[in-house]
Parts: sequence; structure tokens; C-alpha cells
Amino acid sequence: MQNFSAFALLRRAFGGHSSWQPQWRTPEPKASYDAIIVGAGGHGLGTAYYLAKEHGMRNIAVIERGWLGGGNTGRNTTIIRSNYLFDESAALYDHSVKLWETLSEELNYNVMYSARGVMMLAHTIHDIQVFKRHVHANRANGVDNEWLTAEQAKEFCPPLNISPNLRYPVLGAALQRRGGTARHDAVAWGYARGADDMGVDIIQNCEVTGIRRDASGAVMGVDTAKGFIGAKKVGVVAAGHTSVVMAMAGMRLPLESFPLQALVSEPVKPVFPCVVMSNTVHAYISQSDKGEFVIGAGTDAFVSYSQRGGLHIPSHTLDAICELFPMFRRMRMLRNWGGIVDTTPDRSPIISKTPVPGLYVNCGWGTGGFKATPGSANVFAHTMARDEPHPINAPFTLERFRDGVMIDEAAAAAVAH
Amino acid sequence: MLIIDCPYCGKRPEIEFSYGGEAHIARPLDPAALNDEEWAAFLYARTNPKGLHAERWRHARGCGRFFNAVRDTVSDFFVTTYKTGEARPDATKKASA
Repeated sequence: MQNFSAFALLRRAFGGHSSWQPQWRTPEPKASYDAIIVGAGGHGLGTAYYLAKEHGMRNIAVIERGWLGGGNTGRNTTIIRSNYLFDESAALYDHSVKLWETLSEELNYNVMYSARGVMMLAHTIHDIQVFKRHVHANRANGVDNEWLTAEQAKEFCPPLNISPNLRYPVLGAALQRRGGTARHDAVAWGYARGADDMGVDIIQNCEVTGIRRDASGAVMGVDTAKGFIGAKKVGVVAAGHTSVVMAMAGMRLPLESFPLQALVSEPVKPVFPCVVMSNTVHAYISQSDKGEFVIGAGTDAFVSYSQRGGLHIPSHTLDAICELFPMFRRMRMLRNWGGIVDTTPDRSPIISKTPVPGLYVNCGWGTGGFKATPGSANVFAHTMARDEPHPINAPFTLERFRDGVMIDEAAAAAVAH
Repeated sequence: MLIIDCPYCGKRPEIEFSYGGEAHIARPLDPAALNDEEWAAFLYARTNPKGLHAERWRHARGCGRFFNAVRDTVSDFFVTTYKTGEARPDATKKASA
């Protein structure tokens, strides 16, 4: 693997940048592997990376229907935060934020993690009570989060309109300073490059069409567009398509898939220093390093795999943004798109073994999986390698629905979905 | 925005409706007889298909009544709508635009 550094960049600049090698191979699948990951998004590639790096499993394949990082990894709004209410969630998401902080050095790949602060606005007395409860719960768990008055919020984010004449005036905000953004594609590319360097085969444009099991019910491998590939361990990390893949093993999961939309504006000069979200009026906005405003809209109400979504959903979000940030009223939107997100009844993920021996699943990230990419991949790799969960993901089992031990973050999402 | 054909009122825009999830999941007649696995499966497990999906809708801002529909979850086109209590029609993938 070619190491990236300022010196390497300078040296190749003199050679007209002609000596860079591809960052990963395009291998044909072997007959069998020790483990197969279904889905080459950030979570799947990260899982392969940590399996190879921390658990010494090098004979691994990541199988992807489309191209790597082309699903929700390339469609999200790149927000990172860990200010979740419950102990289990705080541990999981903060594990992830800690990995984000050193991920560029770890991967020798600039994932552009920018801890610019995530500010969540309160507009009602109820918001204030809920956010203050969050601030205290977070601090008890060692997760930074602080309460700001409306004036302090405006000082932190000058474009914010705190006029009392708004229909839903800003009464205060909760701020997580370690929260921020990262370059979503770079996360997939960095993990892919790192995993490939340790011998992981990344097989793109190869749809999994079946999961084969032996007489005892244990996993034998997967049928794919390129034929049968054997493996004793199969990890499904297929986001919105998890129900479809798991049905191949005869499993019905507590998941429903919805289109979640996002949109970006034309690029402008840097004017917006942080991430701002508002649950009550449903605004969700940050500025990318390219200058585009990245705006998260809601999900459609109904199950769908269409990757589009209705126009009234982002329109509602833009109404809120124009009210909170009047300077954006004449800004034009460039693109909007949808990604298919798999949601669980308690809005917490499932990172778990399954009743099928050798089959593991990492799903249910719903509308907020990007922030968790490194942490999720790290604990899922542990689960697959040791056949038992890491203490951090032990509460996030499939069985919690049977046993009634939900991690009910439904009301704790940054924006209501 | 979807145009949804309410069996009672006719075609109306999606914002008049609320979604009610997968259809034909009958509440067990004797819940106490179920074990935890079966009860969890009733409450939470869903088909979530990529393709035709039988689902409940309610014309919340119209007649207020529940009905069922078969919709293709890839194209979002409705194949048919039908009244609650009727069996799921033998719908093919012929979606009306």
C-alpha cells in the first residue's frame, strides 16, 4: 500500500502524479473464505478492517451488490455526535466518536473529521426539559454536552435567528462540542484501502442471491451472481436491504425500511460554523467543506425501497430552515436524493448473533448510522470473530424484542422521523 | 406525492392519509397462550418486502376510515386498494400509474 504523506504528494507531483496505484484490488472471489461480509458500506468495510486488524482474520471477503460506499454511506448528511440519553447508547456512540477522533491517523487516510459542534435547538418548555435531562444524563456518562441560552446559541452560530417573533422561537440549545462532521466517502474508501492491504477481498457488482445452510441449520456460504462462495461465518450489513437478505436465511426481522431524504444547496463561502438541528420544527443543516449546505429531511411514512421519497418531505424542512436562518431564503438547492433506512421498533440498532449458527447481523441503524460507523464496525468484528458480543453491543441483541429490554431512543433522535 | 385511491372517497393526495403498517397481521385470539417468541413475532416482526406489500392506510383527513392497499415498494405505485376485512387480492405486478 502506498502511504499518503505530504512528502509522497510532493514527490509524485514532480512525476505528474502518474505513479499512484489503485487503492484497492478488484479480485475474483475465491471458492471459500473464513468469513464473508454482505454489504460494502462503511459499517461492512469497517467490520472487515477490524476483523483483519484486531482479530487476525485475513481470509475475508466483502461482497457488494453495487459499488463500495454507494448506498447510505454515500447518501447521509455526515453528522457525528454521541449525546444519546440511555447508558447503552451513550457507550456505543461514544465508542464511535473516540474512534473518529483518531481515524485519519489509524487509516492513513484523511476522513476530514471536524469536531465543529452539534447544536440542538429547543423551542418549547418541553424541549428545554428534555434537553437538560439529556445534558445531565450525558455528563453522568462522561459524554460532553452543555446547555446554552438563546443568546449563547446565537454567539456560537451567528446566522441563527433568535427573534421572539418566530412562530417557534429559539429558547435555548444543547451543544456537543465533540460532535461534528466527516467526509462520508473517505470513510468507506479509507476502510476499503486498509482492509484490502491486509488481504481482504472486496468484491463489487456481485449480488448475494441466497444464504446456504447445512443439515444442522448452520451457515455454509452464500450464492452470488458470481456463483457459490463458502464461509462458516456470514455477517449481514445490508442497511435498508437487511430484511431482503435475511429472508434468504428464513428469518423475519423487526425492521421496516423507509426512504430518508437529504439535499444540498449551491456552494457558497463559509458562513456556517457548526451543525444545527431542531427536532420541533425539523431543521437539520451544516455546511460542507466544499461550501454546499447539507440538509437532512425526514422519512416518508410508508415502507419503500424507491430511494426517492415525496417532495413535501424536504419542502417542510426548508420551511423551517428559512425561518431559523432568513439569510438562506434565496439560496438554490442543487440536488436531493433518498436512501433506504432500516428502522427498528425502539430506534436502536441490532448488532447481534442470530438463531442461525454462523449468521450475524448488524442493522437497524435507521436514520442515524453514519456517526456510528467506526464503533459499530469495531464491536461487530468482535462479535463475529469471538462468536460473542463485545460488552458495548451486548444490549443490542435481537432477543431484546422478545425479552422486553428495549433501548427506547425513539424520542431521543435528533429530528423526529 | 402519492395519489391514493380511497375505496370510499376516490383518489386523493397522500397528505390526507396516514399509514398503518403491514396489513393482515391478526391479533392472536388468545395472547396468553403464546410464548415470548410468538408474541414478539406478532408485535415486531415484519415482512418488509422489496416488491408487492399489503398495507393499511387510513383516510385520516377525509372519511376517517381504514382500508388496505397493495403497493409495489420499488416503484411506490399502488396496484389496488380494498376494504378492511376483504382478503388480500391476488395482485400481480401490473401497477396503475
